[in-house]
Amino acid sequence: MNKNISENIIYWLIRIAAYLIVFVVGYIVFDIVIKGLPKLNMDFIMGFPRRSGSEGGILPAIVGTIYLVSGAILVALPLGMFSAIYLTEYARQGRFTRMIRLAIVTLAGVPSIVFGLFGMGLFVIFFGFGASIIAGSFTLSFMILPTIIVSSEEALQAVPQSLREGSLALGATQWQTIYKNVLPYALPGMFTGSILGIGRAAGETAPILLTVAAFYLPRLPSSIFDQVMALPYHLYVLATQHPEADKVLPMQYGTALVLLLIVLIFNLTAIFLRSYFRKKYKW
Amino acid sequence: MVKFTNPKITIEKLDFYYGSVQALFDISMHVPEKKVTALIGPSGCGKSTFLRMINRMNDIIDGTHHKGKVCIDDQDIYGDGVDIVALRKRVGMVFQKSNPFPKSIFENVAYGPRIHGIKDKAKLDDIIERSLNNAAIWDEVKDRMDKNAMSLSGGQQQRLCIARALAVEPEILLMDEPASALDPKSTARIEDLINELKKNYTIVIVTHNMQQAARVSDYTAFFYEGNLVEFDHTNTIFTKPNIKQTEDYITGRFG
Amino acid sequence: MKDNLKEIIIKKMLVAAASTSIFIVLLIFLFLGKEALPFITEPGLSELFDSRWIPVSFQKEIFGIIPLITGSVLVTAIAAVFLIPFGVIGAIYISEIATFFEKELLKPFIEILAGIPSVVIGFFGLMILNSMVKDIFDLNTGLTALTGGILLALMAIPTVISISEDAITSVPWSYKEASLALGASKLQTIWRVTVPAALPGIIAAIMLGMGRVIGETMVVLMVTGNAAKISWNPFDSVRTMTATIAAEMGEVAFGSIHYHALFCVGIVLMLVTFGLNMIAQKVLKKYQMR
Repeated sequence: MNKNISENIIYWLIRIAAYLIVFVVGYIVFDIVIKGLPKLNMDFIMGFPRRSGSEGGILPAIVGTIYLVSGAILVALPLGMFSAIYLTEYARQGRFTRMIRLAIVTLAGVPSIVFGLFGMGLFVIFFGFGASIIAGSFTLSFMILPTIIVSSEEALQAVPQSLREGSLALGATQWQTIYKNVLPYALPGMFTGSILGIGRAAGETAPILLTVAAFYLPRLPSSIFDQVMALPYHLYVLATQHPEADKVLPMQYGTALVLLLIVLIFNLTAIFLRSYFRKKYKW
Repeated sequence: MVKFTNPKITIEKLDFYYGSVQALFDISMHVPEKKVTALIGPSGCGKSTFLRMINRMNDIIDGTHHKGKVCIDDQDIYGDGVDIVALRKRVGMVFQKSNPFPKSIFENVAYGPRIHGIKDKAKLDDIIERSLNNAAIWDEVKDRMDKNAMSLSGGQQQRLCIARALAVEPEILLMDEPASALDPKSTARIEDLINELKKNYTIVIVTHNMQQAARVSDYTAFFYEGNLVEFDHTNTIFTKPNIKQTEDYITGRFG
Repeated sequence: MKDNLKEIIIKKMLVAAASTSIFIVLLIFLFLGKEALPFITEPGLSELFDSRWIPVSFQKEIFGIIPLITGSVLVTAIAAVFLIPFGVIGAIYISEIATFFEKELLKPFIEILAGIPSVVIGFFGLMILNSMVKDIFDLNTGLTALTGGILLALMAIPTVISISEDAITSVPWSYKEASLALGASKLQTIWRVTVPAALPGIIAAIMLGMGRVIGETMVVLMVTGNAAKISWNPFDSVRTMTATIAAEMGEVAFGSIHYHALFCVGIVLMLVTFGLNMIAQKVLKKYQMR
């Protein structure tokens, strides 16, 4: 009987620890939603910032983030998908394949600020792009590349081998087989992975800090060589660098909420699509 | 071991390895034209591996290699400059588990002709009707060609896969336990079909169902642990085999 | 033959795409090295081991990265204190104890947590945790190593939970059945059979989580107070390697000693996370081999 009681206590401790995580996550989201909601109106979302961001809206930051993320996806999606196709469909065991895998794992572990340093060294200085959308997008694309490769590989591996064999046995070439009989069934999963990548790219601050982000730039960019504001950096600036940080509290919460919403919408879409396609394609 | 003066397929001293594990040992064999040759033996005896040598399907498995020769009409199919695509067009294959593509019935059969460059709709329709007819499934599907092939029953799926293989007009048809996952009625239909098809095709069929081998084949090869133990007329194998091991297997003493 | 050529070209293109990952990793090492290298000749490598980091000074600028390293180590150690128990217990709960319904509830929360941008976590720390720490421990400021450590643990929890969970779930049922059949309780089975069998996976999960913690920038930049001094007191302000780069790189003159010093910090950071990653992968691979 005694043993049972002590087991029960331990069970409850474990349960409390697990739910504490849930509570904290809920608390963060709740806090930001409640305090940010009053700011969430058209003037704020569609307006330009005034007085170094203490008044007005955050349109340039939203647009900047959209540009950066689109650029990053434009580079990382094809690269990542092609890498995954090579790894699942063509690669044979050997040194080259091991090296690629090692590189992907390494890339996934590189600290985001190091991506920033690297992006600055390569794109901003070496290529002479200056702090610009193109430098920031490339830097972000390298950062999300492993995410896209790994989830694309999963999507390809989920297509049964029998479809490949069936096609090859009919005399299709390897590429015909992949193009006509593998990719159509793997594409939804591959795009789901890239949505996760988008979510990550939209929320990252450190890589854009040194490559593109502008402190205060109340206009929209006119070319890919322009600097832009970006939501996560804008939040950082308002919260820590602003001379009247306390006064602009509603602006901070509003920005945090918009950023959180964008990232969570992308993530939840990806999670939903993933379970949808898993159910749809049961082989 | 029977020999033929003009075999369709000639295998000479074939060894095959998965990495360092040898799966086939020194196999020499003739496969006659427009007959059904059955490959029997217990699971893991190498019969499927041997079958997949004939259309080079083992090429897609990482880390495999072989020694010896496999010739079709005197051409070494593993020789330099052999076009694997052309080879696989000549040598069709039907798999153990039916593997229709998740496309419409029409698209399944059209897949092969299309990749080999046939675009003309009328010609395509013609090939498809003929293939489905030859696979004895035309009447069942002619009114729902645009339905997804996955909606067919297991036996129908397998006949569709046969039709798909026939649509590229092969000379040889390899069948890897084509009826093992089917109910008795569907199995009987497939066996009838094989009897029809041997008029025009050289058929090699892997089966571990000995009654099936006895019913459908003209010649039978018995494989054991990667070796070809005995190859003869099906009648001979099943009535008075020369080798004790074959007899033991046929009479059900092992395997 | 035309088909053949097309196949070859496509394969070459795919090989090229797959090689970019290798190429990028090499470029990262190359560029960090290239920009850090001048520091060795001027002012010399030994300067790095100074115990003071004074990048802006009228007398003499000193670029000793020891305080930055101790800052990172302290914050990481504090994070580990929270990360390991909560991460492992969370994984055990989700995989072994929770009912189906609970799992469906818990997992989305973990996924949401994984998705929250670090700058938002940092913002939350600044707004809420900061004053909590200040009030509870009666400090002058809540911007301490402790605050940073707690938030970093929170950020890395999803990594630890998801990888540990995989390891725990992949422990064969037969092990657990054998233990239960011997009359062990469910908890004893988890503690004496399941967790030990999954231990390599759990260790790898923790190491990957620690890699994330050391490399995280925005949270520490926002909440640790950024005082570059050697301290082992969790209630002190500290400055990590990541925060130093983020805070100073923007204002530094291109090609100055300070600039090169920051790249040196970047290399240390890269090597530490690379090492952790490699060990974790080795552990995971060995584990999967069984």
